[in-house]
Amino acid sequence: MATCTFWIDGKKYEAEEGSNLVDAAKENGVFIPSLCYFKHIDPPLGTCRTCTCKINGRYNPACTESIKEGLKVEVNTPELVDMRKALVEMMFAEGNHFCPACEKSGNCDLQHMGYELGISTSRFPHLFKDRLIDYQPKRMVMEHNRCIKCRRCVEEVFTSDGKRVFMYINRGNETQVGIDYVQEAKLSESEAEKAMKMCPTGAIIVRGKSLSKPFGDRAFDMESSQKHFKHTITEKPKVANFEKKTIATVSLAGCFGCHMSMLDIDTDILDIAELVSFNKSPLTDIKTFTQRCHLGIVEGGCCNTENIETLKKFREMCDILVVMGECAIWGGLPAMRNTIPLGECLEEAYLNSVTSEKGENTVPYHEDLPKILDRVYGCNEIVKVDYTIPGCPPSPNHIWKVVKSLLWGEDYSLLYSEFKYD
Amino acid sequence: MSTHSAPKKHFSVEPVRSHLLSELWQYQLQEGCISEESIKKLSAQYQLSEIEVAGVASFYHFFHQQPAGKHTIYINNSIISELKGFERMKETFERETGAHLNGVDASGTFGLYATPCIGLSDQEPAALIDFYPFTNLNALKVKEIIQKLKQGKSPAEIWDEPLDNIRYTPANNRTIFFAPYIRGEAIKKLTDLGPDGVIEQLRIAELSGRGGAFFPTGKKWDTCRSYKESPKFIVCNADEGEPGTFKDRVLLNNQPGSVLEGMVVAGYTVGAEYGIIYLRGEYRWLVNKLETEIQAFHDNGLLGTDAGRIKGFNFDIRVEVGAGAYVCGEETALLESLEGKRGEPRTKWFYPVEKGYLQLPTVVNNVETFAAVARLLQMGSFEYLKRGMPGSPGTKLISLSGDCKLPGIYEIEWGITVAELLDQCGAEDPYFIQVSGPSGECISVKEKYRRISMLDLMAQKDIRCGGSFMIFNSHRDLVHILLNFSSFFKHESCGVCTPCRAGNFIIQRKLERFKNGLADMNDLKELRNWGTIMKTTSRCGLGKTASNSVIQSIEKFNDYFASRFAATDNSTYRKFDHTTAVAEYERYKP
Repeated sequence: MATCTFWIDGKKYEAEEGSNLVDAAKENGVFIPSLCYFKHIDPPLGTCRTCTCKINGRYNPACTESIKEGLKVEVNTPELVDMRKALVEMMFAEGNHFCPACEKSGNCDLQHMGYELGISTSRFPHLFKDRLIDYQPKRMVMEHNRCIKCRRCVEEVFTSDGKRVFMYINRGNETQVGIDYVQEAKLSESEAEKAMKMCPTGAIIVRGKSLSKPFGDRAFDMESSQKHFKHTITEKPKVANFEKKTIATVSLAGCFGCHMSMLDIDTDILDIAELVSFNKSPLTDIKTFTQRCHLGIVEGGCCNTENIETLKKFREMCDILVVMGECAIWGGLPAMRNTIPLGECLEEAYLNSVTSEKGENTVPYHEDLPKILDRVYGCNEIVKVDYTIPGCPPSPNHIWKVVKSLLWGEDYSLLYSEFKYD
Repeated sequence: MSTHSAPKKHFSVEPVRSHLLSELWQYQLQEGCISEESIKKLSAQYQLSEIEVAGVASFYHFFHQQPAGKHTIYINNSIISELKGFERMKETFERETGAHLNGVDASGTFGLYATPCIGLSDQEPAALIDFYPFTNLNALKVKEIIQKLKQGKSPAEIWDEPLDNIRYTPANNRTIFFAPYIRGEAIKKLTDLGPDGVIEQLRIAELSGRGGAFFPTGKKWDTCRSYKESPKFIVCNADEGEPGTFKDRVLLNNQPGSVLEGMVVAGYTVGAEYGIIYLRGEYRWLVNKLETEIQAFHDNGLLGTDAGRIKGFNFDIRVEVGAGAYVCGEETALLESLEGKRGEPRTKWFYPVEKGYLQLPTVVNNVETFAAVARLLQMGSFEYLKRGMPGSPGTKLISLSGDCKLPGIYEIEWGITVAELLDQCGAEDPYFIQVSGPSGECISVKEKYRRISMLDLMAQKDIRCGGSFMIFNSHRDLVHILLNFSSFFKHESCGVCTPCRAGNFIIQRKLERFKNGLADMNDLKELRNWGTIMKTTSRCGLGKTASNSVIQSIEKFNDYFASRFAATDNSTYRKFDHTTAVAEYERYKP
């Protein structure tokens, strides 16, 4: 095979003619994000579109392009970077992805792509479509909430007599990957595990195998695939002196885990205590604002009317509003109920649960009680949010780096390993 | 001598797998659904896993997993139907049949479903009962129909044969499509012209694809001709799914001969042996007509061995019926569907002219293109060029519907302005016009002096109309129209690529905010940006064009949005519908 010259973002590179653009770029040290691309599936699937670039002036996914002499590719223009980010955000918004409750967390390609692209929140509304978890297969569990329909398993997993084990079923927004109960039982142990590993998310789970190493290898936790990885934030003018600032914090529909994380900075907390005073906060047990604050930090989303009221108060009393943790950003774990109508949730919890006696219980309702909302809302759906810190919980370093940057203009640079969704 | 055999179901060169779609149809029609049992049987028969058969069946919305009633009713829920009274028809059907929409009544007699445009926008509200059309419905008529069915009449006895509603053809016998048709006139000229001559004629006439992409037909055929693999196929794309269009329905009903003849010409030109008409499931009622015409072609020696008495030219045509999937109008999805698979568009590594049906060279053209070819050869390019305008010769069939007095087919000469067309159809207070269907171009009445032609030059951008022309008056709610379009795309996306599968869903959610009065101009900006992302990153034409109407209407109807929605809300609170959010909980108030 001949060697060709091609161009990425105006720089000259060389690769073998006919090799895949994603691979050729990677060999030359240029990172093109991709999810559905799987080296040995030919022709490539082109389903996830995450690797969209501008190739010879036209928008096309890099994975369906092979190297030709003189190929001109644009990869890292601001427009393309944002577009690819949007596509991954779209997947997070479309599925029901709860990283802290997922076996694949740490080894998940989708999560990894989120880290690489620095996605702290999806610009799209989460769709919360009700999807089932298929427990019927003997060997596997099909977690439809997590599937990104990349098609890898459809094209790669066959029984020894050449029959498909996975196949798309339905159409449109109802499309999902169906599993054949007869065929999956015929797979050998190692074939089944291969299918689980091939899945870029945690949609294919082999019973008894997913937690064999309790927390997996967490392959994507520590190091980026990009040479010069950088999480950026708008640079702020540096403030000369560290004047004392006031912070308020609250936990709405959250678990206080973010607050715990916030306190988890060892002796640094002593320095922090010098520099900030806490007003309304569970840390001080001050129930109502006594003054206007420089910064409000909110944990948890809104699941009832009281959360909304508190959140609005925070917006009113704080100059800058930061939400921390997945719950505050888009609902997080409490939003697991968002795919199910509220009535069903309440009746299951209060009336029909195994511990409730028929006719003995009621759904709590009293004028003094906050009213439960139809679903859990992210803070951004109620008030304007200035900054978001992802994580469940976010790492303490991440929280304090953001706070220090916002309050005193300290340089903000985040390590790859400090940015997590779980 | 030519053989006079009856139209065959499948050609001997087609592998067994390609029978799957018609076999699924057999089950659906005979048993009212494709049960798990049938899937088991089929998977054994075809040597496929059950999930693969289920995957194919569940792709098409005319295939049901549960019994769909002794009589299956599909009411059209396209935007035109909505304007003409879909809601009232739905209620009447529900009351008369006892079935709720998307369900079957208790006795299992009636199944009631909604389906996107059934190609009868000129006679809405309309419905299909057991795939027989019933048009211009009103509450009384629905009541009578259901009573008759209950009395044991079959839909075949009482259906409304749809009128062609040809409202306008160019004056002074300048019509191309509806001139008197004599079988074989075009085929007769083939021996004199030879394949080169045919392609030359197409080039001179600048004939281009009438499905809406306007790819030069001569070029397509010439490329296909250059490939040596055999056999080759000619596929007629009669999957006319774009909401608001029905021109192919009228052509197939009124001029089936010229369509078949165009296919024979194509077969001769590129050296193909087989022709397949992929007819959308909604037009199942046209199958008889087509098969009768195919038989007549055989009887006249225009199909079969030495077709058209051309030595060594063997050509046959069969009809394949789709099963409800808009995306199968995309040519590569159509080919997949023909092969008995899910109708998912292919990646564009190869064009069908090189590797099409069964990976063999295939010409896929629209119904109207084939009819135009036959007419062009019949009249000669000299005569043909007298119609239309320089650079865009000929005529075009336009399916016109919506707020006007005379919905129907307009055979326009290229070069007509929108204003003239609006005049001719008696448009009432036109305001918003959707050209070429939801995936096409939306225009404001302010642009009514623009021409309709194939010219698409930088300086002179005319409106290229693929067929659908829907007129909406100034009382229509734009957001309502856009919502109808986005829910259509949400259901009709093949589901393979992220931006189309999730994007259409997201756009619909966003539009609902507008409907509920929660949006401001910032939402409009987001909507436009998101639409652009879908446009640039989607895998096939469906996703790339699905957001067109949203993006364009934001550009062209900024006044409309500005007058109805708040300016960008800079306040720190988002609009939030408190009452709706707690409504469900309030049910538990003691």
